[in-house]
Amino acid sequence: MKTREMSFNFPTAILTFLFINLFTLGCSNDNVASLSTKSIIYCSEGSPEGFNPQMVISSTTIDATSNQLYNRLITFNDVTNDVSPSIAKSWHITRDGTKITFYLRQDVDFHHTSYFTPTRKLNADDVLFSFNRILDTEHEYHDVSGGNYPFFERINFSDLVEDIEKINDYTVRFTLSRPDSSFLANLATSFAVILSAEYAEYLSENYMQQQIDMLPIGTGPFKYKEYRAGAFIRYAVHETYWQNNINIEQLLFDITPSNTGRLTKLLAKECDIVAYPIAHGIITERPDLILDEITSFNIAYLGFNTTQPPFDNKLVRKAISFAIDKEAIINAIYFDKADIARTIIPPASWAYDNNIDPKEYSINEAINILNAAGYPDGFTMNLWAIPEQRAYNPDAITMAKLIAGDLEKIGINVNIIYDYDWNTFIQLISERQHHAVLLGWTAEHPDPDNFFTPLLSCASSSRGYIGTFWCNEEADSLIKQSIQTHDIEQRKALYSKVLKIAEDELPLIPIAHSKRFQARSKNISGQVLKPFGGVDFEEVNKN
Amino acid sequence: MLIFTLRRLNLFIFTFFVLTALSFSLSFLFPGDPLINMTGQINATPEQRLLLVEEYQYNSNIFKQYWVYLTHLFDANLGVSISSHLPISSEIMNLLPATIELSVVALIIAMTVGIPLGFLAAINHEKLTDNVILSISMLGYSIPIFWLGLLAILIFSIQLGWLPSAGRLSLVYEIEPVTGIQFFDILMSDSEYKWQAFQDATLHIIMPACVVALAPMTTFIRLARSSMMEVLSSSYITAAKAKGLTLWQIIHRHAIRNALVNVIRYIGLRFANLVTLAMVTEVIFSWPGIGRWLIESIFQRDYTAIQGGLLALSSFIFIVHILIDFIYAALNPLARERKHGA
Repeated sequence: MKTREMSFNFPTAILTFLFINLFTLGCSNDNVASLSTKSIIYCSEGSPEGFNPQMVISSTTIDATSNQLYNRLITFNDVTNDVSPSIAKSWHITRDGTKITFYLRQDVDFHHTSYFTPTRKLNADDVLFSFNRILDTEHEYHDVSGGNYPFFERINFSDLVEDIEKINDYTVRFTLSRPDSSFLANLATSFAVILSAEYAEYLSENYMQQQIDMLPIGTGPFKYKEYRAGAFIRYAVHETYWQNNINIEQLLFDITPSNTGRLTKLLAKECDIVAYPIAHGIITERPDLILDEITSFNIAYLGFNTTQPPFDNKLVRKAISFAIDKEAIINAIYFDKADIARTIIPPASWAYDNNIDPKEYSINEAINILNAAGYPDGFTMNLWAIPEQRAYNPDAITMAKLIAGDLEKIGINVNIIYDYDWNTFIQLISERQHHAVLLGWTAEHPDPDNFFTPLLSCASSSRGYIGTFWCNEEADSLIKQSIQTHDIEQRKALYSKVLKIAEDELPLIPIAHSKRFQARSKNISGQVLKPFGGVDFEEVNKN
Repeated sequence: MLIFTLRRLNLFIFTFFVLTALSFSLSFLFPGDPLINMTGQINATPEQRLLLVEEYQYNSNIFKQYWVYLTHLFDANLGVSISSHLPISSEIMNLLPATIELSVVALIIAMTVGIPLGFLAAINHEKLTDNVILSISMLGYSIPIFWLGLLAILIFSIQLGWLPSAGRLSLVYEIEPVTGIQFFDILMSDSEYKWQAFQDATLHIIMPACVVALAPMTTFIRLARSSMMEVLSSSYITAAKAKGLTLWQIIHRHAIRNALVNVIRYIGLRFANLVTLAMVTEVIFSWPGIGRWLIESIFQRDYTAIQGGLLALSSFIFIVHILIDFIYAALNPLARERKHGA
């Protein structure tokens, strides 16, 4: 009898287990509101490189850190794209444009976390610490985590800023070496965040300086809780955030690099919001999902190596600009979700110039110009295409194939080169290995200088990452003049002249201004996608 | 029983030596520097490499090296991963419980569904029920698991939206890993959302566990069927019939237990197969187990991880094998007399 009881106990135990499971599945706990309604899961496309936006350039890291963990002195207004107050409630610029005084808010709290408890509110010391870390190569924290500040190096921040002084606890003055109309816009980008000086002191005392960029302390709407590389980031709400009341309790980044993986998680309701969705048609068909789009300030272009034949001849460049069917590219590569680019400036910018003629697609015109340039029989060229997906160019290789097809019609043979990883690719481009290259640029702030200086100035093109090596002294001096004045009308006139020169010389052919997409469930409200600086979950709500 | 235990122990020790010898020789068979393959210290400076040579006795003869390798193994030192630079042993300790959890749940599903179906088929031998069950089991056995997994995601996650498609638990819930077996961790945690997390974990495991369970389940159907048929044709059943017992009484009192003993013998063998299926399933359902990690390591040419992962998985399967052998011996006294392992 005994053995029989034992042998029947086992299945009974399993059945009981299953029953308990079914029971718990069936009834919902009414007394504890469901945790998932208070949490937002954002499926992002990659792991961040670190948690300090000062030291990075990739949009993945900026999305994951900047707006969530930190605030800047000033920010951009979502609607007008003007500079607007944030930690600095107001500011004052002297008439010569070289001294800028910021008046700080007095009610900004830093994050309370398991690894650090702040004892004071934000003050001028924190602002000084954040910028001196970048400017002062002798600073204790300058070389911590590598000592590279790519954004600030590119805008020549250390040359521009002569001094930062603390006037009193809540007033800071920047002294510039020359007036610069894009200075405020640069301070409003996602890179110019304010760190905690008190936290840095605490870490120095305990010899844990490295920790500052891995376990972040900021003033933003969310605070760091947990991060597992390649898997997830867990943020909790910052209870004493100075700006708005945050509606949710947790923000989770579910790191899902695969495009189809993100789509599946969206459809299976495992993600509330998904970055860079594919299959727009399927998403718009579903009644419970919404596809958001935002015009991001970017440009995809075909750049010519202007230092080598045949593209040192501007007639050849012009012939090619007539031979490319941009409409077909917009249709095939961007699925009509992009604007044809007439110039490097997108239509939403105030520097956009209506008077520049678009180059109509015309094979005959192209052949005529090519004959005039002395290449009646055409030639063979190589065309390099970026090997990775980018917001401005979702599929450069297919784009290169379309262009190769167009150029064949005017007798030009194209070899497409794409088999390098990104770092090798950009290295070889800067070594002038290419005839032509498909690249692009995404602006970090709305000031049009962010297109002109990187793409058309001599200093930038000599560094090689643009791929053109084009230096026109007239255009270069016009760009420099424009930056020294705050008068918009005057700057607009100067930029029009630059665009005219660029249109005539064609160091690069602008192709498209694309949009950035995200998909979300219908029960998620609040604007997450921002034109600059990626995503921001401050206003997000779930119901 | 003592001899039986000693024999199993003997087998265990020899198999362990063969496994470690194979794993040790892998670092020489993989391309590159064997010392780097074994330790994973890919960015070692010349000085650091000298220290490693010292530590692993790299200049001594091969037997000495193997011995040093074994002592490192017993210190749970399997080197560091070439790609992530984390210690292999801690990675395995994090990942193996997830695979064990998935495999055990799948095994339970396969047994609770497969064995009764097999018995049912045997009782209704050569009737419609038998044919239907056999056809279903043949069909289930033939379906490739990667296709079934994707199909299940398409139907239950995307079309119907009933079950989640990836992971072990929604990121929303924060559960401190203590044992690594998620259900125990949830029950042990003091979160106020414990029961929500438990439901969520159950929903997450249903689909991958069922997909893993399908092929072993069909094997269990056939095993249980033939075992039951064998028992039903034996003479004591005929005697019981002659005593006038009803069919249900015969099955209930005599046949089931005797048939079960034979099925249990094969669980060990099936388990190796099941873990292989679980590895593929882990990739499809993004289950954070050792199989997915091992497959990723193969793609990344992470030789240290491949070496350590293979050793851990094969030891795990082997230990389960021996355990099942003991259970079988405990249930069936006849087996204790047998001299060789199953």
